[in-house]
Amino acid sequence: MSGFMIRRLIQALLVLLTMSALVFVAVFAIGDPLALLVDPQADRHDIARVRAGLGLDQPWWVQYARFVGAMAHGDLGRSFVHGEPAIRLVLERMPATLELAVAALLIALLVGVPLGLWVGLQPRSWSARLIDALSLLGFSLPTFWVGMMFIMLFGVWLGWLPTGGRGETTLWLGIPLSIGSLDGWRHLLLPALTLALFKCSLLLRLTASATREALRQDYVRFARARGLHPARIVFVHVFKNILIPIVTVSGLEFGSLIAFAVVTETVFAWPGMGKLLIEAIGQLDRPVVVAYLLVTVTLFVTINLVVDLLYALLDPRVRLRSRP
Amino acid sequence: MPRFRHALSALTLAFAATLPAHAADLRIGLAADVSSLDPHFVNIAPNIALSSHLFESLTSVDANGKLQPGLATSWKAVDPTTWEFKLRRGVKFHDGSELTADDVVFSLDRPATLTNSPGPFTSYTKPIVAKQVVDRYTVRLKTATPYGPLPLDVNSIFIVSKKAAQNATPEDFNSGKALIGTGPFKFASFKRGEAIELVRNPQYWGEKPAWDKVTFRILTSDAPRLAALLAGDVDAIENVPTADIARLKANPKFVLAQRASWRTLFWQLDQWRDNSPYVTDKAGKPLAKNPLKDVRVRQAISKAINRDALVERTLEGLAIPAGNIVSPGILGNAKALKPEAYDPEGAKKLLAAAGYPDGFALTLHGPNNRYINDEQVVQTVAQLLTRVGIQAKVETLPLSAYFGKARAGDYSVALLGWGSLAGDFALRSLVGTPNPDTGWGSWNWGRYSNPKVDQLVAASLASVEPQEREKLAEQAATQALKDYAVIPLYHQYASWGLKKGIKFTPRVDEFSFAWQFKPE
Amino acid sequence: MSRRGWFSLILLAALLLAALLAPWLASQNPYDLATLDILDARLPPGSAALDHGGTYWLGTDAQGRDMLSAMLYGLRISLTVGVLSTLLALTAGVVLGLLAAWHGRWVDALIMRVVDIQLSFPAILLALVLLALTGPGVSKIVLALLAAQWAYYARTARSAALVECQKDYVAAARLLRLPTWRILLRHVLPNCLPTLLTVAALQLAAAISLEATLSFLGLGLPVTEPSLGLLIANGFQYLLSGRYWISVFPGLLLVVVLTSCNLLADALRQRADPREAGR
Repeated sequence: MSGFMIRRLIQALLVLLTMSALVFVAVFAIGDPLALLVDPQADRHDIARVRAGLGLDQPWWVQYARFVGAMAHGDLGRSFVHGEPAIRLVLERMPATLELAVAALLIALLVGVPLGLWVGLQPRSWSARLIDALSLLGFSLPTFWVGMMFIMLFGVWLGWLPTGGRGETTLWLGIPLSIGSLDGWRHLLLPALTLALFKCSLLLRLTASATREALRQDYVRFARARGLHPARIVFVHVFKNILIPIVTVSGLEFGSLIAFAVVTETVFAWPGMGKLLIEAIGQLDRPVVVAYLLVTVTLFVTINLVVDLLYALLDPRVRLRSRP
Repeated sequence: MPRFRHALSALTLAFAATLPAHAADLRIGLAADVSSLDPHFVNIAPNIALSSHLFESLTSVDANGKLQPGLATSWKAVDPTTWEFKLRRGVKFHDGSELTADDVVFSLDRPATLTNSPGPFTSYTKPIVAKQVVDRYTVRLKTATPYGPLPLDVNSIFIVSKKAAQNATPEDFNSGKALIGTGPFKFASFKRGEAIELVRNPQYWGEKPAWDKVTFRILTSDAPRLAALLAGDVDAIENVPTADIARLKANPKFVLAQRASWRTLFWQLDQWRDNSPYVTDKAGKPLAKNPLKDVRVRQAISKAINRDALVERTLEGLAIPAGNIVSPGILGNAKALKPEAYDPEGAKKLLAAAGYPDGFALTLHGPNNRYINDEQVVQTVAQLLTRVGIQAKVETLPLSAYFGKARAGDYSVALLGWGSLAGDFALRSLVGTPNPDTGWGSWNWGRYSNPKVDQLVAASLASVEPQEREKLAEQAATQALKDYAVIPLYHQYASWGLKKGIKFTPRVDEFSFAWQFKPE
Repeated sequence: MSRRGWFSLILLAALLLAALLAPWLASQNPYDLATLDILDARLPPGSAALDHGGTYWLGTDAQGRDMLSAMLYGLRISLTVGVLSTLLALTAGVVLGLLAAWHGRWVDALIMRVVDIQLSFPAILLALVLLALTGPGVSKIVLALLAAQWAYYARTARSAALVECQKDYVAAARLLRLPTWRILLRHVLPNCLPTLLTVAALQLAAAISLEATLSFLGLGLPVTEPSLGLLIANGFQYLLSGRYWISVFPGLLLVVVLTSCNLLADALRQRADPREAGR
């Protein structure tokens, strides 16, 4: 167990270092941030002064060494554009993204799992066939287009919901959240639905196939033969079995929800860290891009670790050494 | 019963009377994010717009771009290289302390001390070689050579309180601690990327603003900004998306305010290389010489562009065709210069005369997130050029990559938009012979060079006599455009959407200041 | 194969054919600027062209481009990018996956560590950063998609090959001292193919969708040669003002493409996994 944890932690650190180097070098080649940021009238001396002030006159490895050194102290540099610590900017925007991702995951679970269970239990009914076909469609709809269609339908034609932005937020334990007010909910609904659609279809199909799998197991057949109540069979025996893949996949997909939030946030002007990333790429604000990627990588690595532990908790048969 | 009704209407009247107090809050949707509240940190329009509410400068600029007294009541050149500014007496900072010459000198010194500023204000402070406090209310600024535009330059430097800003960090400004100015509004709160709140400064020396509280909401995406206005979340927005202008006009609950702004869009053409990287024959092979060096080819390109269709279709009417580099009403706009008429046949003849009867191929470059419908403008011009036989390709980039490459001279034909309050200023940067030491021609991507134009621009900048300056600036512009140094396309419109019941005076410099809005 | 499978296959073939024949099917070459007319910009579906006699059945975009023609050409680009990147990623992934399974030990450990690291990072972020670095272009987006997707194939190929390698026929082939490449290509690979094809059909949809998404974010393809994703993105700003056709029609076509890929993947999976066939 501890050996496993140590190995996972080392691997996580390795991922972090590799990503930071890749990202750092990558952003370097995009363009010269100074041309964008220096005043139109500036002359050579101004440019040289700013370049030195930002540490951009050093060779890239010196800049990277400085960067890694500072990173060890929790400092990821100052945003060129905002003049504030980059990590703070990212963390400021994180609650909005996490709220969106959690809301989307909950929607996906609440809709996808029951429907998947139904499809798995009654595969031949027409309703199951319809749901199955719809899930395939949900699987195929590109996120950004769905967002646009929602905006057009609910925002423009029907006028029921706002077309973007975050709306009113209330503080919960010092963190601004949308779910404390009606206005916040109205703003959250469309982006969360958009983001949830793909995961919902995924979970639905996963649940359906896990259910079919469970129904074929001997103990379920046995329970049926013994004349146990069907509801009991489904909710105790089957559900217990499909829980493991659902938890694993939800955990892993949470990371991809955060990544896809980049798209949803852009469509709905949701002020999360994904929108910050797209803005930072546009402005060549390298410290912010790097900070975003490092924060998300850290987040993913943590999520993966947690999923591994949960997996072990739910299914004692699994040795933590290897994951199928 | 009539008496009762009377009482009722008195009651409604009473309610109505309380309304203005409630209505004295103004919410404005801004199209660009404010990156820092430090007024000297970075020289970009959204930051300057916000700082202008909290801080003031020695001089101010009115809605039409004319220079007006600000914190200085008067100024004059006491000798050709010395400007003297008389300060307004009794002006109080937000913390109650009085504005003195020391604060002015400190503020003019400060931009050069900010080492990590990505876009410094030093280009405005650099001409000043010495600052002298004559008395508590008089400052003298010395320049190395005679320099007429100094009063306009100091308009860009906000005067901060020395006491509050002396040891302040960017965080101190963003938290509001160091945001002590003399402006009509005081700082209330700052939620980065979302909103900024300001409250009225009751001690303001000038005309008091009509609003108790002003909230700026950052709504950078077009659709949500418009939606916020339609839904009543904000009272006014800037940069109404072109696609929605007609919709807003048709809605009786809203008012559209527009005016031609200072920003002119034009093409910069490579006039220095014999082999321009993006100009080839139609098969993609290099040409014997660079056709863009031939004034007939540049003129042909200008004639090939249907500016009326461009303005009406691509910009949906949000511009006026341009024949000048600076907008109408701004110093240096020569009224005699008219927009080039659309003449595809004439363009073909000119191309033939220049030795290209079958045309050639080139790539047009432009940004895709800077000006109104910029990407589409580039595509439309490519379409129009292709029709006269110049096979045009299009490449558009985000601003971040675009300006860097354009300034490095990577392109053959590139789109640029420029807003300036003086023609000689604009010409110095755009068509002056490039010289990195003096800062001339720093945005002259095509490296056009004509000593006669340089001379006229220099004379215009050195003249401290406004009328003479204007004449020289117009002569310089006329000369440069006769050479087709750049090809002007149009002057951009700025547009605002407002809730009915708010009066608005649009500014030529596209800024949205809270005091331009007044309840009707 | 199921009826759904055949249906999707025929649909995909029709789409491919339409993309191939786009120059003959389309009434206008939307990439040839000389055929566009700015005066025809943003016309609603069914409008007649101003100067030539044609009709814009699905309307025009902001440059006066015939939407139907633009969609046919856009389909061409979307499919080219998708198929090309899928083939490249499949090849790269299979080579590395087979190598890992055959060699075992450190080669396996090394390759699978890289795969693990890569898969812990969402494909879209990787492609996004790569494209921000290289700039737009068909070859660049193919490269970014290749980088983002090879790991899926490597993992699938490895696990399928591991199963095969333990089978008797491989042991026999080894005893016969057949060359490694021959065993892998002639014996192991064909047996892994059904699983790999299922993944490929899924990933083809993912690649096309990813390209559309990246183009939507402004990082994918140049504006003058719009793919379906870019066409949709260009219509975004007109959506609120009621000019729905600029982004709705290309979106519908994209959905048809992705759905048929996913249907095919579904059918292939059912075929590969007989236990699922009973439904």
